[in-house]
Parts: sequence; C-alpha cells; structure tokens
Amino acid sequence: MAMTGVLRPGHAQLRVLDMEESVKFYTEVMGLVETGRDSQGRVYFKTRQERDHNSIILRETDRAGLDFFGFKVLDKATLDDFEQKLQAYGVKTERMPAGDLLETGERVRFVLPTGHTIELYAEKTDVGNGMGYYDPDVDVIDGPGIRPVRMDHALIYGGDIDGNLKLFTEVLGFSLVERVKLEDGETDLATWITCSAKAHDLAMVRHPEDGKLHHVSFLMESWEQVLRAADIMSRHRVSIDIGPTRHGITQGTTIYFFDPSGNRLETFCGGYQHYPDMHPITWSWEEVGRGVFYHNRQLNDAFLSVVS
Amino acid sequence: MATPTFNVLITDTGERYRCRSDQTVLAGMENLGRKGIPVGCRQGGCGVCKVAVLSGEYQAKVMNRDHISKEDEAAGRVLACRIRPSSDLEVQVLGSMKKNVCYVRKPAA
Repeated sequence: MAMTGVLRPGHAQLRVLDMEESVKFYTEVMGLVETGRDSQGRVYFKTRQERDHNSIILRETDRAGLDFFGFKVLDKATLDDFEQKLQAYGVKTERMPAGDLLETGERVRFVLPTGHTIELYAEKTDVGNGMGYYDPDVDVIDGPGIRPVRMDHALIYGGDIDGNLKLFTEVLGFSLVERVKLEDGETDLATWITCSAKAHDLAMVRHPEDGKLHHVSFLMESWEQVLRAADIMSRHRVSIDIGPTRHGITQGTTIYFFDPSGNRLETFCGGYQHYPDMHPITWSWEEVGRGVFYHNRQLNDAFLSVVS
Repeated sequence: MATPTFNVLITDTGERYRCRSDQTVLAGMENLGRKGIPVGCRQGGCGVCKVAVLSGEYQAKVMNRDHISKEDEAAGRVLACRIRPSSDLEVQVLGSMKKNVCYVRKPAA
C-alpha cells in the first residue's frame, strides 16, 4: 500500500495491575519517555525517536491486557472516509472526542470480530524527537534502558480471525503478508497483515477466547541491539518468555518477555519489506514450529496459551 | 542476616523445595530447576500458575481478577507468581496450560 490511508500503528493502551511498578519498568527497563498523565490517572509514553506525543498508554485496573490499539491515518478527510466505509460494511463506529487521549485528535473506534477495540485517528501532537527539523544531528541513543525505535505492531488472539482479515483487507486497505494453516490445510491458525511496506503491522492467532493480547512489539535498530535488550532484561530480572531467537515468519529477530502485569512485549529487529503485489507466504501446520521459532524449531506451550 | 527460607510442598507431586521469603513461590521452584506448577508469564497476567494454598502464610501482590476472584483470594486460591512465603507452605496446583492447539474453529460459511 502506498503511504496513504492507514499509515501505521500509533498507540496501544495497556491495563496494568500496579501503576508505580509499571511506570518504573516502562521508563527504567524499556527506556521509554514519560510524556504525560491525565485526569483518569493514565500515564503516557513514547520512545525517544518517536515524534508523536504518545504510543504507549497505561491504565491501572485489576486485570491485565489490551484496552485498545490505534492506527494513525493520513489526515482528517481519510478518517471521515474510513468511518463511512466501516459503517457501509456494517461495522458500528463511535467517535471519541479530541483530547480524551492527551494530545490526540478525534478517534473513530470500532470492535473487531475477535472482540478487540481498534481506533483510527488523524492527529496527535508532534513533540519531535529532540533533534529538530532543521539541520538535525543524529541522536545517539545511549543511556539506561532498552530504548527501542518505535512501538511497531501487535499480535492479538481471538476466535474469528477470518472476519478480521476480511475487514482489514477489504475496508482498511491492508495486505496479507504471511499465514499459518491448521492441520486441515485450509483454516488459518494465524495471519500477518500490513498497511505499509512492513512485514507486519498487525498479526492475529485463532484462539477460543476473544479480545486477548499476545504481545505489543517494539522495533530495535539491529540484532545486536536485541541482544543488548536481553542483557538489560536479565540485569533487571525481567521475565523472559523466549529468545533471543529468530522468527521464520517475517524473518525478524526477537525476544518475548513480560511487563510487571504479565502483558507480553517483544523487542525485534529485521524482517523484510512487503509490497502489495507480492504473493503472501503460507506455512503448513507441520512446519509451524520452524515458522514461529526458527532456531529451536518447536512451538512452546506458552506461545499458544499464555495471553493477557 | 540471611534471608529466611521456607519449605514449599506441592501436594500433587509430593515435590518439596526451599523458597526464600523474597522470592515468589513460582520463582523459588523455577530457580531450583523443579517442575510441578505450570509456568506462564510469571507476572500475574496469564493465570496458568493458579494454586490453592492448603496451609501456611504468605505475602500477596495485587491479583488479576480475570483469574482470581475476591472469593478465590480469601480462600487461598492465588497465583504462585504473586505470592511470597512467610512460613512453610503446602500448595495444590489448580492452573494448567490449555491445549489450544487442539482448538479448531470452523470458518464462517
């Protein structure tokens, strides 16, 4: 997809069990920058390199998981257009007022067939990456914490991933990049889709319970930076699920780990560019282990059953 | 002064291990290379390490209400990753890894 329409994942609101502990984790371990707090007690973060005001929002409650995942669209006319297309497709939409999320314009919110809340928005205040827009320097991303490049994508779990795929491709202009088939060779176990030229902007796995989060992912600059992230995780006794390793699917290098509330996060690097004229890649059930974890070539129990 | 350690008995398997009072019941088991309680996110999100504490005292962090109701918590049904022992404990495993691999939902016609 040319870079019009839906541009990229822009924000994820996560539920956490203890805000103080979580803020410490997202700043000191993840190396994100806190950019604000609102009257509801939500805390906002961005990576150092992101230009928009926020990409991760934390809300304290007694359950973990994903409240909603937002995509930025090109402009307000595009937002209005998608709202109409969603309604014409039979999807109920809701307008969230500007300012409900700090420094963020109106959002068009809808619920996926898998029960996840998705938002589209056109405006979020550009606070910059500290380097300016005139004769900038290269930012040397030093100092403590993992300090990823950006919040990059999410993997969600729910029942009707076929309905999700249809909605994203037919209404929102996404392309299918890769898929994994179940034993029957027909049913999708999982799909990876993009709205840009990335290997994935969103992924989905079929799961008996709707509305679940597998992980929110952060892009690193290099495989070496992924390994540095692993050192930081061990130094802070972060719960690591698996890795450092590589995915066969998307070919990205990866670590899966958990925040202090049990929300899975990923630091990853690499993967290839996908253009809408490219054939989707299909993985068989027999080779799914190599597809998900390319080096040890086995799915672990946690990949399919540990979600928040 | 050394950190106090306590015995934890997993009644399902008869396995015992020593757990420091500054470790979670799940971390103590994992650090000794023992098995018995299923391990998921270790942070209270996924609920796979749910246990019933049959005897003993412990300190608990906030429990995720998707997995542990107030009634559960009052009755000693908790996540092993969110409790630290303050006496010897006997625990029974309640959580398990669901084998979602077996789950196939028919695509919509």
